[in-house]
Order: sequence, then structure tokens, then C-alpha cells
Amino acid sequence: MAITEENPGYKWVGTRPIRPDGLEKVTGKAQFGADLMLPGMLFGKVVRSPHAHARIVSIDTTAAEAMVGVKAVITGSDFPDLAANGAHASDIDVASNAIAREKVLYEGHVVAAVAATTRDQAEAAAKAVEVTYEVLPHVLTVDEAMADGAPLLHEGMITKGVDPAPENPSNVASKILHERGDLDQGFGEAHVVVEREFTTKPVHQGYIEPHAAVADANTDGRAHIWCSSQGHFQMRAYSATVLGVSPGNLKVTAAEIGGGFGGKTVIYLEPLAVRLSQRAGRPVKLVMDRDEVFRATGPTSGTRIRVKMGVSEDGKITAAEVWMAYEAGAFSGSPVGAAGMTAIACYDIPNFVVEGYDVVCNKPRVAAYRAPGAPMAAFAVESVLDELARDIGMDPIDIRLANAAVEGTQASYGPKFPRIGFVETLEAIKDHPNYTADLGPNQGRGVSAGFWFNAGMMSSATVHINENGSATVVTGSPDIGGSRQSMALMAAEELGIPYESIKAVVADTETVGFNDVTGGSRVTLATGAAVVDACRIIVEDLRARAAKTWDVEVDQVEWVEGQAQHVEGTQPPLSLNDLAAKSGRTGGPISANASLNSRGVGAGFSTQLCDVEVDPETGVTRVVRYLTAQDAGRAISPDYVEGQMQGGVVQGIGWALNEEYIHNPDGVMENPSFLDYRIPVASDLPMIDCAIVEVPNPAHPYGVRGVGEVGIVPPMAAVGNAIRDAIDVRMTDLPMSPVRILEALNEQSD
Amino acid sequence: MAQVHFSAGLRDLTGGLAQVEVEATTVRRLVAALEEMFPGLGDRLSEASSVAINGEIFTDAEFEPVDSDSEVHFLDIFQGG
Repeated sequence: MAITEENPGYKWVGTRPIRPDGLEKVTGKAQFGADLMLPGMLFGKVVRSPHAHARIVSIDTTAAEAMVGVKAVITGSDFPDLAANGAHASDIDVASNAIAREKVLYEGHVVAAVAATTRDQAEAAAKAVEVTYEVLPHVLTVDEAMADGAPLLHEGMITKGVDPAPENPSNVASKILHERGDLDQGFGEAHVVVEREFTTKPVHQGYIEPHAAVADANTDGRAHIWCSSQGHFQMRAYSATVLGVSPGNLKVTAAEIGGGFGGKTVIYLEPLAVRLSQRAGRPVKLVMDRDEVFRATGPTSGTRIRVKMGVSEDGKITAAEVWMAYEAGAFSGSPVGAAGMTAIACYDIPNFVVEGYDVVCNKPRVAAYRAPGAPMAAFAVESVLDELARDIGMDPIDIRLANAAVEGTQASYGPKFPRIGFVETLEAIKDHPNYTADLGPNQGRGVSAGFWFNAGMMSSATVHINENGSATVVTGSPDIGGSRQSMALMAAEELGIPYESIKAVVADTETVGFNDVTGGSRVTLATGAAVVDACRIIVEDLRARAAKTWDVEVDQVEWVEGQAQHVEGTQPPLSLNDLAAKSGRTGGPISANASLNSRGVGAGFSTQLCDVEVDPETGVTRVVRYLTAQDAGRAISPDYVEGQMQGGVVQGIGWALNEEYIHNPDGVMENPSFLDYRIPVASDLPMIDCAIVEVPNPAHPYGVRGVGEVGIVPPMAAVGNAIRDAIDVRMTDLPMSPVRILEALNEQSD
Repeated sequence: MAQVHFSAGLRDLTGGLAQVEVEATTVRRLVAALEEMFPGLGDRLSEASSVAINGEIFTDAEFEPVDSDSEVHFLDIFQGG
């Protein structure tokens, strides 16, 4: 069979072997963040603010410290004052979010922590910490925060990106702006113009495993942290900043992780556990309960977005105007920047203005969530595009094909796209039987598309050849979405040995070179490239050892399917087993390291097709059929690629139909449990059908693009467009819950 | 000379210019040259997390080479999940 781009002739890449972590996870042997127990370990408990916005007048720990079993109590004053030390603003925010000093900025903000011999003692002591607050007025939404005279979270916050700079502080941290062409001219050329306003609520990443950390501090200033995170090197760096120590003083071991989706790129418990351990002289474990996860860890932004778009009679988008405001929570840094760059990036639009605002409010600081910022903008833009297609009587795929970005298109955020596969995802949907499947009563069909950059960043890998010819692949990228399998598959392909002969492991911060977080859909691309580089160094080493063994020049040796072969066939082949067994005679252990700052990131696109059925009596929407097509570049591990695609869709369906933070007028979250904050469960959903599109990224040795994020960008609009098709109502506010559907139906009938 | 493009959010520091040509061999030298042309722009660009050179996005581009054919865009901060 010919070796082509579509059929690259790989033996291991693209196969579906048994996942390497499955047995330990289903038998309960896998060690997650809360599982570690150390001799003499204490249990910690965090004291959190009951107020959305308040000045801390005093904290009295006397009673708590006197309680039986209590070994340590800490407050903000036990940490360096980074603001007084002139630290960078972003570091001050990280520290201030980890534990408050002068003010609490959201309900759940940490004010103190205790460590005691038992959990019960720690909980009792936490309740005995007496905090006196001066309650301040609060703002919970972008509307409240941007209103004239709104209470300020940060008295010195001057909006960046505005010329001239405002004289007075506000809750608007920054403004972003992208524009091209002539908006008036573009709308003037339009045959149809549609304008809508949308809102979305904060939603949580919803990882099943709550945050957990164990710290064991030594008297010499060093400490060991075990935690569940998306990046133990990042946890080390952030913790060191908050604690005021060198990162080298901290060793962080990555526990197995029960989901992150961006929400575990942030520190919460780690520096608290270290300080408590230092004060108590014993190891300390801190574990959040679900209530704390909701109240105090990053959801993604609530938003308000206005979109106006125009199209010609033949479906060409002539102009787009997008205004958006994103909640940042208590500290600046909402994903509005990415939202501004992704909002219309799928399309080649000659005239546009995209304007966005990063707005602080009295909610938990937002954290990354799969393709941060992009899903809300896509909900708005893809809903309006659906309206435009309806108005001109054009097929929803065809209108997207008519405007689709292709290689060479100047993206709305600036540069020209290299090779991309958006058109291929659109065609995959259109060619699938789901696209023409019959619809029943009260059923409707929706299409939506999405874009995400993906990321590269820094990775390191070490590959060891064991004495029997098996291999160990060591990286520092926590395995959230199957990276141990994809690393092993690429190593098997490079070394020419069976996948089963390779064990991929995640090492601690002292055992392997630096790795950035497992996020940004980057690990298969970047850490994978490091693994490939290390394997190629080993193959060169193996060729040299075979040449030494045969007493020939190295160019006389080829590496073919796991063995050294003489190019002229004058020597019997030497397998990896043979060379490993005699490594001592040919130079010693066979091992290689590779570190890189990845180049050649390949952008990701997804197009999705959703069929729903809406019950007009109850307002309940049921997803009856769902298809997602996504450009993976190359699916190293198709099982895990499909898992990422399906996972993104499922989270998006929850975002679309049910999930939202509900706060009472005092700024207190009223639904901090999975009973009242409803994420989809398996019985809510049909099988999510997957069409993996493979338009290889030319810059990666196997064509990888990254698949973890873009799948969550289209679902909300896909569901909304399907609801529109089913009941002739355009839903503009998320979630599209039964109550809101009924309200909309009632308005329609009035 | 390298073609440098500014997003609308940066044009308050470029006198409204959307594009300039700069003679430089690396991104660091390019940013230094831009700072001379538009005082204050260098600091703002240093806050940008990424630079796109000929369509390829770099997170740490300081020492990336540029040449007379390069098309350079400075991108807003964004984070992956």
C-alpha cells in the first residue's frame, strides 16, 4: 500500500491499544490528590469569607489555637506582602487569591487555615477563628460592575487599552479591540442584517475530583508537595511566589488527576498546606469539599455579548460588529482577549469591529476552561449566523463554507492561517448520514462551528532503554486526557518496538526537566515532540553501538522495526534487546533527554451537528442525536481523541441547557453542589458521534494539532440553533433551561 | 524590512498606524526598534504573550529571527485550558 498523507503507514500511531492507566483506576489503586497518607499527618481546614465583599477588620485565632489537637493556625499575615515588596501585579493577584490580606473579594475567599490531628478537630477550630468584617457593597455581574458609581473592588484599577487613559478607577481592567475594513460600508453592502444580544452565566469546569494537596515541610526550608493539578511545575512556581521561597526549595509530585479542564492550572491549597506544615512541623493534608470547589475555585466568565452581522444575497458575510464584556471574578484576567481573537476567526470577513472588556466583580476569580473565552463568543456569533442563513434561505453548512477561513486567509486576530482543516470539518458534517436523518415532531437540527489556537510551550522528556529492550518514557506533563498512551505510541513508532514494551510515566519536579502545564491542547504536540526527539537521539545512539559491534561505519547501519540492520545485509540484525543487554560494552546505559519550546502549533477547528427534541409542555430539551467533526491533525490515539471530542461536547451541552451559578442578593452562591448545579450524566445524552478529520500539521513530526479544547466551542450555539429549528424561538440567554424555554414559548404565543 | 502589524488596541501608541516596516534580525531587536519609533510601545508589546511570525504563533519569541520577508503580529494575552 502506498504511503500517503492519508495512509502514512504507521504501525502504532493511530491504533487503539488498551489504556495504560485503566487497571489502576478501575481497581482503586491509582493515587489521586486526596489519597496520600503520611506518618504523623495532620488534617487542615480553610476558613472562608461568608461575604462577597468586605474589609477584614481583625482576625482572632486565640480560641482556635487553644483547642485540643490544633497544631497550627495561619492567616494572610503569615505570607509575604508581595504588594509591599513591589512584586509584579499578576503575582500579587495570585497571592491575594490564595489568601486575603485586607479585603475579601468574594464569598469563599480564604482568610485563614488551621491544621489539627483529626478532621473533626480541624473543622471545629476553623469555626473558632473569629473574623470581624466591615461589609462592603458588592457587584456580581458585568452590568452591575460597569454601572456608573459601582462599588470598586480595586481602588487603583485604571482601564488599560483606552486612549486617553481614564482619570478615575473602575471595575473595567482592560479593553481589547480588533478592527478591519469599513464597518458602515460592509453593512451597507449587506442584503440582510441581524443583531442580537446574548448573556451567559458563569459555569464551573465540573471536574469530579476536588482540589487536594499534601505538604511535608522540612526545617531547612524545603518542602515536598503532592497535589492534583494540570501542571506540578506551575504549582511549584506559584507556590514559591506566594511563600516567598525559591522554586528549588519545593518538590512537587503530581498525583493522578480526576479532571481539570483548565481549572487545575491554578493554586489554591498548596501554599497553605506548606505554611501549615512549617508551623506544625508535621505533614498536612488539605482537601476541598464540593461546596468549596464551587464557592472558591475558578468558574469561567459570565458574559454579555452583542453581535451584529450582515450577509449578501449569496451568503457572503459583509460585516460583523461584536461587543463583549466578560466577568473576571475578583481579579483581572478574564478570557476576553481570546474571545476577541476567536469570535469570528472561523470566517473571512472584510469589515469588522470586535470590542471587549475585562470586568472584575465579586465572584471567584475565573480560571481557564477549555478554549477559555471562545465558547461564549461562538454562542453569540454562530447563533446570529444561523439567523442570517435562515433569512436568506441558505443551508447552514453552505453559508459557513462560503465564508470559511482557509490556508492564507488573514485571521481576524492578525496573522495569515497556515494549513488548516476547517472546510474539511464542514464537509465531514455535510457528508454524514446524520445531516439528512429524519426529524420527528418537536425536533430540530442545529449547526455550529468553532476555532481554537492550541498551544505549544515548553516540554521535556527522558527516554530510558531498560536492560531487556523495553523502554520507559518520562515526562513532566500530568496525564489528564491520555498523554501516557499517546507518548508511548509515538515512542513505539520511533523505536520500532511494541507499544506494550513501553511504559510512560509522569515524574516529579526534581526528576525530569521543566514542563509547562497540561493545558492549551499542547501535550501531544509539545511533549510528544520532546519524546520523539529523545527517541531519535536514542536511535542514533543505537546505530552507533551496532556499528561499533560490527566494526563498520555508522552510515552502514539502519534502524528498521526495532533492530539495527546492515545496509548490505552482511551482518545478522541486532535487536533492541540485543543492544540493551550488551549496553555496558558499548558505552553504558542507553538514555536520552530532550527539551524544547515547541514550534509549529497547528490551529484546531470543530463543526458540530445537534438534533434536539423540545417538550412544549415542560420546556425540557433532550439531545437526540449529536455529531462532532474535529481536525486533530493526526489522531495519535483515536480512542482518546474521541474522548476529548465527546467530553467537550458533553460539557458544552451542560453549559447550554442546565449549568449556571446562582447567587442570592447578598452575593452568596445558592447552588454549590452537583444536586443543584446540574451537569449532564450519561443517561441524559445520546452517543456523541465523532468524525475525526486529519489535516496534518506540517510542523509536527506526526502532524499533531491538539484536540482538548475546541470541541467545547460550538455546542451551545449548535443546541440553540437546534432549539430554534424545533420551536421557532431564538434563545439568547444561557442556560436554555426548561424555565427559560417555557418563558420564551409563552412570549411567542402572546 | 519586516512588516509589523498592530491590532487596533495598540494603535493608540502608533499614532493610528496599522502597519510599519522595521529593519531587525530578531524579535527583540524589532521591539527595541519599535520602542524608539513609538515610545511606550515596547513595554506594551512585552506584555503581549505571543508573537505571530509568518502565521506561526510563538509564546517566547524574543530571540526568534525575522527578516525582510517576515510578517509580524503581536497578539493579545490568552491562556489555554
